[in-house]
Amino acid sequence: MAEHVLKIQDVTMQFGGVVAVDNLSLEVNRGEIVSLIGPNGAGKTTAFNAITGVYEPTNGAIFFHDKMIVSNHPQGKMKKLYKGENNGKYPKVIRKTPDKITRLGMARTFQNIRLFKSMTVFDNVLIAKHLRRTSNIFTATFRLNYKEEKKMREETMELLRILDLLDVKDEIASSLPYGKQRHLEIARALATNPELLLLDEPAAGMNPQETDELTAFIRRVRDEFHLTVFLIEHHMNLVMDISDRIYVIDFGKLIASGKPQEIQNNPEVIKAYLGVADDE
Amino acid sequence: MTKTTKTISSCVFALVVAAAIVCVGQFSSPSSMLRTVLQMGAVYALIAVSMNLLNGFTGLFSLGQAGFMTLGAYAYAIFTIPVDARDGVYYLTGVADWLKNFSLPIPVALILAGLVGALCAYLVGIPVLRLKGDYFAIATLGFAEIVRIVMASTPLNRVTNGSMGLTKIPGFKSYYGIFIVAAICIALMVLMLNSTYGRSFKAIRDDEIAAEAMGINLAHHKQLAFVISSFFASIGGALMAMYLNAVSATTFTVAVTYYILLIVVIGGMGSVTGSVLSAFLVIAAKEWWLRPLDQEQFIGGFKIPLLRSGFRMVIFSVILMLVVLFFRRGIMGDHELSWDGIYGFFKKTLPSLFHRKNKTQDPEKEGGANG
Repeated sequence: MAEHVLKIQDVTMQFGGVVAVDNLSLEVNRGEIVSLIGPNGAGKTTAFNAITGVYEPTNGAIFFHDKMIVSNHPQGKMKKLYKGENNGKYPKVIRKTPDKITRLGMARTFQNIRLFKSMTVFDNVLIAKHLRRTSNIFTATFRLNYKEEKKMREETMELLRILDLLDVKDEIASSLPYGKQRHLEIARALATNPELLLLDEPAAGMNPQETDELTAFIRRVRDEFHLTVFLIEHHMNLVMDISDRIYVIDFGKLIASGKPQEIQNNPEVIKAYLGVADDE
Repeated sequence: MTKTTKTISSCVFALVVAAAIVCVGQFSSPSSMLRTVLQMGAVYALIAVSMNLLNGFTGLFSLGQAGFMTLGAYAYAIFTIPVDARDGVYYLTGVADWLKNFSLPIPVALILAGLVGALCAYLVGIPVLRLKGDYFAIATLGFAEIVRIVMASTPLNRVTNGSMGLTKIPGFKSYYGIFIVAAICIALMVLMLNSTYGRSFKAIRDDEIAAEAMGINLAHHKQLAFVISSFFASIGGALMAMYLNAVSATTFTVAVTYYILLIVVIGGMGSVTGSVLSAFLVIAAKEWWLRPLDQEQFIGGFKIPLLRSGFRMVIFSVILMLVVLFFRRGIMGDHELSWDGIYGFFKKTLPSLFHRKNKTQDPEKEGGANG
């Protein structure tokens, strides 16, 4: 059986009385490209945020390479309010801030591009190298880390070269065309040396041609960097083309999972996306 | 290529400033206004850069600079007042026993002053850095006021001399002392800002969420920026005490923080050379160039209206407003002073002069900084 890189178990994310993600369990295996799809407001990005540590799940556990990285159960006010299932199954509480999770080898991009706008393309990628540093503030100030710094710069150049961003390396990030900014965001995520890449709607706002390019780009990145990719997307062409497996959620609940063809013909999924006519 | 030209241009900038200071030191009388302005400018430049480090480079809008200056100034004063002068200074309450026969050399006391500020910043930073934006500004402002009031409080009379303040604070014998200390401190900050840590500070400023997702530990890095900034602000406060020879609780009011903020904004948030330039310019304008406006002036037999004591500040404020209106991002924006920038500035302002050159050289090379 394939080794799973990411495993989410019974994750429920509740804000006040609203259950955004309801008892979600899924797995992402090594080398796969897995998509998470669902109608607007289904809780996809919330699930992503729970995985990457932006939110703390109300209940459930998340494993990275079989190691529990996040675990929680309803506490405090949530004890009374909790509407989900599996209460009490996860007594341990493990919290991690996003930076620690990134350090484990999980990098993400954002739905609305979040680049370091005032900095050059080169610096944007170089910053992502900061987390693998061994220098402290004193050695960095007095340039005792010059070897490491040189290595960081070389690796950044190499990455920019592989991802075809070398010709724009000295441009300010926010001046790039939209598609390039998306590429840059992926490049920046790759600079943290991840094993798992989480892409939150990488094709949002792209035209069909750009989407095709992105599909090829993601495949290439996966193969060249030996990555596992987990992505959220609305462009069905891209999803069906690229995914090894698909998970579909609606109102926070998993409603289907499987290979692209299975999902395309799944009545539940069609119902969630198109609705059902009343008079039938 | 660009990096070397940048380094060269900043070195040249530093050399020009140094040469100007040495010239003034050699050829002016000890009491000349130019000396005063340069010395005060150096102190304010240091403090402005330390504030810029926090407000302009890390994006933490702090208004606590005066508090750390107070701490630094008092720490420096308490540790350095000569033993035989102590009784004279603390003539009302007497000096605390542990301080009586205790006096440190100036460099040690300066570093100690910085460390006192850094330690306080560390402790204050733990709760305060959880706040964001305006709330952080208000909390740091509150901290500065607390420091000021604690320093003037009666239980500390035998250490800080209460509301009387401390006098007879020794300074460098040489005129160059203040410049050397300020230059070393600013150089250290520039080195830090150009290192991988400086880059991560800028990342936090640009986008906190993205920075955290890229593995930058927000709490740790914000704490670091806050402590470093406070360390240098405290040294700046100590230099100020040294320059004034005296310090009291009213030396560093909130107005001082605003004054420094003003220097930072005029210089450009996120530009070290901008802060340094604007520190000298603002001090020179306020203390020197606009002074004549405070006295009644006569042209022939005609008395110029409006000129009276305090009128200088009116003009000063008007100039500030004009600067903010027309140079919205400060003199330098977030660029550093560079040859490209100077060239670009002249190319824009003196088009006729550069017109011919323009055609032969590559036309794409527009200057980075606006003048």
